Amino acid sequence: MTPKVVLVTGAGGYVGAHLAARLAANPDIERVLGVDTAPPAKDLLKTMGRAEFVRADIRNPLIAKVISSARVDTVVHAATTANPPGPARRTAIKEMNVIGTMQLLAACQRSPQLRKLVVKSTAAVYGAGARVPAVCSEDMAPKDISSGGYAKDAVEVEGYVRGFTRRRPDVRVTTMRLTNMIGPGIDTVLTRYFALPVVPTVLGYDARVQLLHPEDALAVLERATTTDLPGVYNVGGDGVLTLSQAIRRAGRVGVPVPRVAMPTAARVFRNARVVDFSDDQIQFLNYGRVVDTTRLKQDFGFTPRWSTRQAFDDYVHGRGLRPVLDPGRLAALENRIRRTDG
Amino acid sequence: MGERVMQEARVIPLRSPGQRRRMNRSVPSPVDSRPPVDPTPLRPAPEPTGVQQQLANAIGFLRKRLTGDYAVDEFGFDEQLTENVILPPLRMIYEKWFRVEAIGTENLPADGGALIVSNHSGTLPLDSVMTGIAVHDNTSPNRYLRMLGADLVFQVPVLGALARKTGQTLACGADAERLLTAGELVGVWPEGFKGVGKSFKDRYKLQRFGRGGFVSAALRTGVPIIPVSVVGAEEIYPKIGDIKPLARLLGFPYFPVTPTFPLLGPLGAVPLPSKWYIEFGEPIRTDRHDPADADDPMIVFNLSDQVRETIQQTLYRRLGQRPGIFRG
Repeated sequence: MTPKVVLVTGAGGYVGAHLAARLAANPDIERVLGVDTAPPAKDLLKTMGRAEFVRADIRNPLIAKVISSARVDTVVHAATTANPPGPARRTAIKEMNVIGTMQLLAACQRSPQLRKLVVKSTAAVYGAGARVPAVCSEDMAPKDISSGGYAKDAVEVEGYVRGFTRRRPDVRVTTMRLTNMIGPGIDTVLTRYFALPVVPTVLGYDARVQLLHPEDALAVLERATTTDLPGVYNVGGDGVLTLSQAIRRAGRVGVPVPRVAMPTAARVFRNARVVDFSDDQIQFLNYGRVVDTTRLKQDFGFTPRWSTRQAFDDYVHGRGLRPVLDPGRLAALENRIRRTDG
Repeated sequence: MGERVMQEARVIPLRSPGQRRRMNRSVPSPVDSRPPVDPTPLRPAPEPTGVQQQLANAIGFLRKRLTGDYAVDEFGFDEQLTENVILPPLRMIYEKWFRVEAIGTENLPADGGALIVSNHSGTLPLDSVMTGIAVHDNTSPNRYLRMLGADLVFQVPVLGALARKTGQTLACGADAERLLTAGELVGVWPEGFKGVGKSFKDRYKLQRFGRGGFVSAALRTGVPIIPVSVVGAEEIYPKIGDIKPLARLLGFPYFPVTPTFPLLGPLGAVPLPSKWYIEFGEPIRTDRHDPADADDPMIVFNLSDQVRETIQQTLYRRLGQRPGIFRG
């Protein structure tokens, strides 16, 4: 069933704005509304086409009026953030995540026309740690969630969504758990992290990182919006990079920092307004996280076009990151030794 | 007669020049109408000498490592690093220090998943590392033993990262079944810390086998269980005491006292050179059971006991046969 009127929250952000633009390009959808507290950047606004931007706050009960007056039948909740790229006020983000979701779901519950809800969640709900299985599948319970980070918000948000699913069994609810996004155009905590001149890593640990190209994230959210595939799905590129490997591929220099000193290092970067390391971000850099995407491929019918490695390489090329050591010179040396006459 | 058949069928022959000449006379093939083009003569590449070859290979390896051009599986297993950097020094210890004798390696399957269950001993789990080498070097093509470790392993800096890079993962049902379904050889030590940290007077007495989670994993995936008995590992660090308060302080399951540790300091970390025997027993099939039996505690405990008994009996038999602790 193709939706008639779609409301996208978080339309001021990269994912929300691009998703609204993609949906607006679909002629079967009559109307696309983008909602956020701040309008998207100029260049984003230009790409949005016939999608309408509504300046509204999902934390305010007035959002119910927007949903009912526009006769919205599909809501895409893309306003939650589990890993804000830059330094931000913890309380403000938590409020947007948790209170915003509560108000939005309350408004959805009272809306009789609503048929579908798509929630952009995060793979951070599985936590990260020594006790977390190497590969997380959808029905695993969260483990080792830090109390100070945003992953806890995501777990709570999913709890509210489950409650909503129970109360409105007629609404089809699709939850997409996205792994960390990386690509040339997007600004995420990892794109900032790998662009640092010296990249702090946790001494003695090497996290396994699974990445998702933003194009795949948008395609998967679009598919979730336009088709009826309720359920919870993990979304991530195929394959894994270790953190040290990724740093080498980007040509950066990793600086191992003892785990006890990691919060201090994080505070330095935070105060320098470069990149925000929350507690669960440090945990992620410590242990990493990989999710099982079998259900996405088999039941949801979507295979990400970009593998983890390709997404990362696209980011490295797009950003123009230059390696410290030129691999071409080593390769030339290798060939010369192989060629020389004995 | 074969020639005539070929002429009739007008197959362009590839056999002998005589055949080809006859063929060309009767049926001019379209290839012949084109001007003959000789391949560009290539200067034969000079054979690099052994040293050069090695140097080039080393630089190639270094380049791949430095630019991150290598593959890591979803468990973090880095085959290139394991094969080239981690295994060679361990193999030295395997061959020269413990003089490991691997017995019954024909019981290791050439492909497909299998669960390798072994006794655990030695204060430090060197027995698992040596079993891993025994499996790798006695299978062709070489197979890696993917071991399941306690969460403590992955909490410890360096050790945790190394364990992941060499293919180990957390001992939990999800990871075990994932590896077995992928057709890997999975190693498990159901005694856990109870086995590896038992005192010297209890040597070669198998400890309790836990809840039999390993049997459930094998039943769900239908892979055989291969019981493994390691003799010799008990004597490498004879644990004669345990400083409990220190262990609690450091978060270790035990703090061992051996005749040389902590008395001789770091020197006490050198294991005694006992002679080892690693015996791979006959596979115990689980595919005759229903996968639903994995939730039946009776079947799980029966199988678990069967595996335990097999290992214990093999240990006693091997102990009776060995000429001496260090001899051989």
